[in-house]
Amino acid sequence: MNDDEPLVRWQWIADHAAELADYTGVHLRLGLLPVVFGLVISVPLGILCHRLRWLYPPVLTVANILYSIPSLALFMIFVRYTGLTEQTVMIPLTLYTLSVLVPNVVDGLASVPEPVRLAATAMGFGTVRRVVQVELPIAVPVVIAGVRVAAVSSISLVAVGQLIGQGGLGYYITRGLQLDFPTPIVTAMVLIMLLALTTDALLVLAQRLLTPWSRSKVTAA
Amino acid sequence: MNDFLNQIQLVGDWLTSSAQWQGDEGIPQRLLEHLTYSGLSLLFAALIGLTFGLLVGHTGRGAFAVASVANLARAIPTFGLVVLVVTLAGLSTTPVLIALVALAVPPILINTFEGVRGVDPATRDAARGVGMTEWEILIRVEVPMALPLILLGLRVAAIQVVATATVAAYPGLGGLGRFIVDGLSRNDYELVIGGSTVVVVLALVVQAVFTALRRVVVSPGLRAAATKS
Repeated sequence: MNDDEPLVRWQWIADHAAELADYTGVHLRLGLLPVVFGLVISVPLGILCHRLRWLYPPVLTVANILYSIPSLALFMIFVRYTGLTEQTVMIPLTLYTLSVLVPNVVDGLASVPEPVRLAATAMGFGTVRRVVQVELPIAVPVVIAGVRVAAVSSISLVAVGQLIGQGGLGYYITRGLQLDFPTPIVTAMVLIMLLALTTDALLVLAQRLLTPWSRSKVTAA
Repeated sequence: MNDFLNQIQLVGDWLTSSAQWQGDEGIPQRLLEHLTYSGLSLLFAALIGLTFGLLVGHTGRGAFAVASVANLARAIPTFGLVVLVVTLAGLSTTPVLIALVALAVPPILINTFEGVRGVDPATRDAARGVGMTEWEILIRVEVPMALPLILLGLRVAAIQVVATATVAAYPGLGGLGRFIVDGLSRNDYELVIGGSTVVVVLALVVQAVFTALRRVVVSPGLRAAATKS
């Protein structure tokens, strides 16, 4: 890099504002849809693991193994099946979220005090109604703690997808390297971190709204 | 399904061809580079993360700073950090090591801190009561009890470093990521998928090493508590 090149050229950001906004939108979609899919899969799977204890250890092992596979390698393995498309980024990211979300759903359900369960049964709640109306709401703080971790890491991992041309703001990271020009890289990183931290803050807010009874004592994992 | 079997066949052919196992661009050389970057980064990160984690965990001072670092660190896009460091400082091993260390410190630091802080105050008081010095309490009580979490932090850090060292091939570094990046630019899918397989196997080996390590060093009484990740 040229020594008199500043770390950030503000003019470049101003010139590319509209384009940056587009890529930010794509980035959010690529990062957050996997979390939504992950949640849709994890909640029933977590409930099942909570009820059938023997199912949990193998599910946890698979989740841990998936988590340890580097994202770049996992993207590449999917390229053959889904091509250079957004799915190739979103499927692996969804799999990653499972490794955080499933354990948190199970732990959340396990955190429901036994007397609460018994009381619900005594009031005539059937199993389904008890799980949906009593156990899941009590599990919400632990589940959201998992969603926070999953969302933040998912948003920051999306950028790696740029190596198969689907990285949202990651585009500016490769662009900056090609042009030997740090401004796009710094801008993309700051935007990605802002997206992640804003999402995190919104999730904290969502948890406060969803669980007004537990405001003072819950801290995130 | 057939396609999946073909893919396995492809990987098998690539892995067993003798050309992959020799020379400057062969698997052993790339693996060595990968392990060197990862190992050195992890070593430095462990020195930093363990020192501060134990200090903050034991004294309780700076807890807020540790929590903030944790939150912020998870949001840093790894890929961007590596590329930025290379763009700013040029391509050599040192700047890339700095990026990898920066990634690996937070999980080690946070887990060490959480582990030490999580030790039951009654246990700590009992240790004081039997006349242990602060130093002895840290080394003989807090560290052994925090060990499951400390190891978990080291494992997460190791896996992140091994994964990220792959990404570091993009700006021109060696290591196992080279197969993937070169394969992509040459449109050589066999190379891409072969390289990815080696990376996956390495990540699984790292995971297994830490699982084995936990069995050896963690006190049997604490094992049950250590299963959560």
